[in-house]
Amino acid sequence: MSNTKFILGLFDDPDLMMHGIDKLQKNSIPIYDVYTPMPIHGIDDKLGIKPSRLGYAAFMFGCLGGTTIFSLVYYFLVHDWPIDIGGKPAFAAPSFIPATFEWTVLFTAFGMTATFFFATHLFPGRAPRVMDFRATDDRFVIAIDAKGNVPHEDITNLLKEAGAVEIKHNDRKYVSYE
Amino acid sequence: MKTHNSFDEQYQFTGKVKSWSLIAIVIGVITIFAGVLTKQTEQTFDNLLLMGYYFTCVCAAGVMFCAIQYAAQAGWSASLLRVPQAFGKVLPVAGLILIVIVVSGLFITHTVTAEDGKSHVEPYLYAGWATHDLTIKGSGIYDSVIAGKSGFLNIPFFLIRMVGMLGCYSLFGWLLFKYSENEDELGGMKFYNKSFIASCVFLVIFGFTVPVFAFDTIMSLEARWFSTMFGWYNLAALWVSGLSVMTLVIIYLRKAGYLPWVTLDHLHNMGLFMFAFSVFWTYLWFAQFLLTWYANIPEEAAYFIRRWEPSFKPWFWLNIVINFGAPLLVLMSRDSKRYIGTLKAMCIILIIGHWLDYFQMIMPGTIGPKEHWYTEFSWIEPGIFIGFAGLFTFLVLNALSKFKSLIPKKHPFLAESLHHHI
Repeated sequence: MSNTKFILGLFDDPDLMMHGIDKLQKNSIPIYDVYTPMPIHGIDDKLGIKPSRLGYAAFMFGCLGGTTIFSLVYYFLVHDWPIDIGGKPAFAAPSFIPATFEWTVLFTAFGMTATFFFATHLFPGRAPRVMDFRATDDRFVIAIDAKGNVPHEDITNLLKEAGAVEIKHNDRKYVSYE
Repeated sequence: MKTHNSFDEQYQFTGKVKSWSLIAIVIGVITIFAGVLTKQTEQTFDNLLLMGYYFTCVCAAGVMFCAIQYAAQAGWSASLLRVPQAFGKVLPVAGLILIVIVVSGLFITHTVTAEDGKSHVEPYLYAGWATHDLTIKGSGIYDSVIAGKSGFLNIPFFLIRMVGMLGCYSLFGWLLFKYSENEDELGGMKFYNKSFIASCVFLVIFGFTVPVFAFDTIMSLEARWFSTMFGWYNLAALWVSGLSVMTLVIIYLRKAGYLPWVTLDHLHNMGLFMFAFSVFWTYLWFAQFLLTWYANIPEEAAYFIRRWEPSFKPWFWLNIVINFGAPLLVLMSRDSKRYIGTLKAMCIILIIGHWLDYFQMIMPGTIGPKEHWYTEFSWIEPGIFIGFAGLFTFLVLNALSKFKSLIPKKHPFLAESLHHHI
């Protein structure tokens, strides 16, 4: 038994890679993931990736931000230290709205960034986990978990037939850890 | 998709839609006569102005849509450009109707008795500045503020501006669909480049003049009041209502079996537009409100005081709920923009919502408060709305049926639009 953990098919053309995915799927070979240097339309559907839930996170962060500042301003200006500004009542709701709006946007933006970092294991100071360096440059990479029951030879041949320019049998999942 | 064999299909304007739109026009005409005969001429005129303005704005939004797509060199919309082009084709008629309404409103007069028992003659529309004696010293109703504005707000200059602006918008609308039609015949990049230039020129002119158009047509009804936000606020209303009507027409055409190339992705984009610009509209609405409320200067606050009368306040708040709350909560999620039923319902809600918005702009300063909030509008409002809706449907679908094909088939970005995917 070989030590190969992942088999990577490197393509230099996105269309060939898409056909490669079709070919693998037709032969019931489960694809672990696909890495491309640019977004490719329709690839999520093809790989059966669930729609992102980032939008729900954004909504929740927005609600949190709006509620936080509204409560704070209410506490400051109505409860704790009411100030007479131009004869307006202490609870002058319309003037709270710009701040509420800004904090909603701020929390949404920061919250989404944090969620994205959390979901992708990207933290400042941490080496990103990459299966093949050229996937961020000019190669379109299909990664296949080598622990399946399909002989590695067959997978290699299928990738070759599909037009892969290079096929790698990697012993470790990521080429870069810490 | 059978896109390739249906490019030459023409829209057939027959059947139920045609008869219903004609019936709606008849209802509108009957309402106008009934309104005049039951001595509610003023309210009839205000409603005619409301719908004439709404109608013109929606058609102008069609030209604006085309122009923005060309100026931004957008590809996704190429396959549905015929719909806004049809709006642009109807714009001259809409403008003409608005001018007829405005002219008759300015020149048909009636005698009004003021609270002090004195009576004077004033026109049905724009009585706030077009009443003859207002700018004459010693006439009894002399108003120095209006007299000071009379260099801008006088009938000849007012009409010149209106004819000039509407004529100019119509010309560009006509140019854009003419170029597109020629492109269908001859192909090549020539007409695309021409459309690009025409669009850029149009957007500059439109951007600078549309606030003036709004100031003239609507804001001058309350001539003593002014707001520099008003023009942009009206532009946002024009754009949102135009997009809603456009989406509704596209949904109708798809249901009738046309535009098979328009996919859920295109409708999703239209939904995004509606959502985004509803928020933009609210932003401007609120900016105008907040500044007035905060500064609390009497001559500015008077505008909102009139809208806070018990008979207008419920409508004032409903306006925000419909035009901000509804799109915010419903159109935010991806699924609701991709489900045609929801999108259609939102289009209808926004169309009615922006009618209410215009109602809020016009009525408190013209016919003024009535006894109850629910008697603020009667049978005249829906009657004239139905009339104009019928007229719009008839003219736009008729214009669509005149196109040799429902797709600009030699548009350079057509392939991008046919494969649009988000």
